[in-house]
Amino acid sequence: MALLEVRGLRREFGGVVAVDGIDLTVNPGETVSVIGPNGAGKTTLFNLITGLDKPDAGEVLLDGRPITGLPPEELAALGVARTFQHGRVFGNLSVLDNVLVGAHTRQAAHRLRTPVLGMVAELILALIQPPAWREERTRLRDEAREVLALFGDRLLPRAEQPAYSLSYANRRRTEIARALALRPRLLLLDEPTAGMNPTETAELLEFIRSLKQRGLTILLIEHKLSLVMQLSDRVIVMDDGRKIAEGAPQIVRDDPRVIEAYLGHPRRGWDARDAQVAGEDDLRVVLPQAHHP
Amino acid sequence: MPEFTLRTLADQLVNGLVIGNVYALIAIGLALIFGVANLINFAHGSVYMIGAYVGWVCVIWLGWPLGATFVVVALICATLGVLIERFGLRRLQNEARIAPLLATIGISFALDQLVQLIFSPNPQSFPNPLPAARIALGGVSIGALDLLIAAITAAIAVMLFIFLRFTRLGWALRATAQDREAAQQMGVDVDAINALTFAVAAVLGGIGGVMIGMYFTSVYPTMSYGAMLKGFAANLLGGLGSVPGAVVGGLALGLIETFGVALLGSTYRNLFTFIILIGVLVLRPTGLFGARRATPPEPLTGTFVANSRPVHIPRALVIGGLIAAILLPFFTSNPYLLQILTNAWLFSMLALSITLVTGTAGQMSLGQAGFLAIGGYASALLSMRLGLPLELSLLAGAVIAAALGTLLTWPVFRLRSQYVALATLGIGEVINQIILNWEGLTNGAMGLSNIPPLSFLGLPVIETAPIYWFALGILVVAALFQWRLMQSHLGRTWRAVREDDVAARAMGISLNRYKALAFIAGGLIAGLSGAFTAHMYSYINNETFAATTSILGLTMVILGGMGNMAGAVIGAIALTALPELFRPLADARYLIYGVVLLLLVRFRPQGLLGTV
Repeated sequence: MALLEVRGLRREFGGVVAVDGIDLTVNPGETVSVIGPNGAGKTTLFNLITGLDKPDAGEVLLDGRPITGLPPEELAALGVARTFQHGRVFGNLSVLDNVLVGAHTRQAAHRLRTPVLGMVAELILALIQPPAWREERTRLRDEAREVLALFGDRLLPRAEQPAYSLSYANRRRTEIARALALRPRLLLLDEPTAGMNPTETAELLEFIRSLKQRGLTILLIEHKLSLVMQLSDRVIVMDDGRKIAEGAPQIVRDDPRVIEAYLGHPRRGWDARDAQVAGEDDLRVVLPQAHHP
Repeated sequence: MPEFTLRTLADQLVNGLVIGNVYALIAIGLALIFGVANLINFAHGSVYMIGAYVGWVCVIWLGWPLGATFVVVALICATLGVLIERFGLRRLQNEARIAPLLATIGISFALDQLVQLIFSPNPQSFPNPLPAARIALGGVSIGALDLLIAAITAAIAVMLFIFLRFTRLGWALRATAQDREAAQQMGVDVDAINALTFAVAAVLGGIGGVMIGMYFTSVYPTMSYGAMLKGFAANLLGGLGSVPGAVVGGLALGLIETFGVALLGSTYRNLFTFIILIGVLVLRPTGLFGARRATPPEPLTGTFVANSRPVHIPRALVIGGLIAAILLPFFTSNPYLLQILTNAWLFSMLALSITLVTGTAGQMSLGQAGFLAIGGYASALLSMRLGLPLELSLLAGAVIAAALGTLLTWPVFRLRSQYVALATLGIGEVINQIILNWEGLTNGAMGLSNIPPLSFLGLPVIETAPIYWFALGILVVAALFQWRLMQSHLGRTWRAVREDDVAARAMGISLNRYKALAFIAGGLIAGLSGAFTAHMYSYINNETFAATTSILGLTMVILGGMGNMAGAVIGAIALTALPELFRPLADARYLIYGVVLLLLVRFRPQGLLGTV
């Protein structure tokens, strides 16, 4: 069974249809990328899947169970983690604390779910700090350091620094580390390499590849086509809120509808290498006049 | 209940409309400022009050005619508005929205106290200079002043409409309100437009102040605060930032209030304002006429937290300071000093509670004194009526304050940014109004007297030094309680909610739960402080824990550094003790608080010890 299934998802903003009847499935262990010009509705789609926004129609299933309209905090508890397009780390928290917030749903406190009593119990237990809680605290700290260690010496030496003091790329890494600390079953990455230079992008590509090799299921929004081509098992192309193509990366790349969406007119084919000649393999850079009806 | 004839009904209608006219004037000013500067201007009430005083000076002292008076009021208020904008707010344009809001609170503190220093805090009589004759019109009696107020408001509304609709400057103003950057790109001098907006708003407010002064035949410094809240409630009712909405909202509020007072009695007057304030904020934040807006896509930082590295205070210094505080009574024979420091300890607990809720969890609370009041009344009543021993009644007061206060604050949890500040302010006031009006329980405005004095394990605590130690003791307990929570996962979770509530939710944090936990923990500490205060004074009334107390506590917190526990205590000591130690300053304390707040927001938002 598909881990994530989206059926006929639709979202309108005052007459503008941002997401228009999108279907997609992500199978366990797969990496699926969503590409498309700016304003195609990719981030809106992410927000609908992760509960930050509610769809006007359609449904989202996780493991066959409907999760449409569930609030984000409950989706996180079900193992859906995400990063944000422009990066949203907790600036005044240390890098380590950022990652520990990612482990929020795995704490014993999170299992105290009775409405009022659970809250009071959480306060009292936080005050007492019973041995089991102290143990968990040490364990999660160790684990958070392990997650930071996945990024080599990028984050670990800065674990106690406030996140606002990090470089842009390191803040993006912190955000991914935070999402990983949730032990997600499904990881949604919204333009993880945006604003990164080619070296940093290549490094992150290898990192995502290693996540994939460990069996993580990933849904990815990305503009850098070479990265998409190398990582994805399948690619979904969106334009104007609609899905215009889907399939293996090479097939999608040569699909005339996709080329038209990006170029506004048909062309024989499109090669990611063309883009690299232009300096960066970012479609927005190469094709500044992306077609917007 | 008073008898309701058709005649009194019609008279009430006239009264309501007349007062509503003035509320509309205040609300229009607030709406213009909110529209152009995206700011809730707390200093607006002070401008209104100063307008009233200027009018009073002109008419009563100088014996000028009304026409000249209005001109002078307009000129002085316009100047004041421009000065507030230029020196108080311009540099804060790009800060978090709460920063200029706090600055306007500081300005209003300073202006109110200044007027008090010049004209004394007592009301000044402002007899109506117009002929007293009333016209009977179809069974309704209308006075000359009623007509004047209606005429002036109508004239101002028409002039404003023409200005906004048909003049280039009015277009520029509306363009700035719609999209500041686009207007600037088109060559509009947005700073000048800002200043102009403040000037226009201040003129409207000042004229409203003169008219209300004549209508109620008195002017007094504290009239500013209520007027600002009424104007804001009216504005909110009609849709924030909407000028026509402000007119409708003002008239509606005037009518609701007048009929409400006729039905329930005059002590209920302000309750309607606050209920409208909270109700509209929570149920329909865009007002009655505003369109529903989609949720803002970008994060709204709910609080005012500067990036900073907090000053590290070594444990030895904390313990050393504590030992010094414990030993102090052996080295001084000055009971006055101990009394001031006892007050500082009690204020420290308020500041700790505010720094937890506002600094750590990011929920800007302007109503924390409500927790003090609930704690004080609960503990006093439990020991008076049920004979509970003091230790138990203090604890029960704290628990009741935390539970009841959090329950009352619950509707606010869905709000963000500066609206949290307004709604909590309203809730603090509602608590105050309930205390004032629930006479069977609270003895109303008479207050509770003969509250059992402090005692500990059966021993009375009535001397200055033991009270000092007792207060210090509960402060230490409260601080340890809070420190322990801060070190647990709760501290981290609260700070995550403060930094970015959207990302926090995406990581599985339930916002309501952790906001409630912050208010509960903070409410316990504030409630304990309030309970202790009640027994220490053995008398409390609805004014013991006024709204200014909340704002004073917040100033202490900002002074020390948001979320910084040591900062909260140092801020509390500084702001309680310093004006007392320099005795000549004591009369001007709110002037000092206001200026301190203004300067902090502008020059050192991270406070003395830094944000945690």
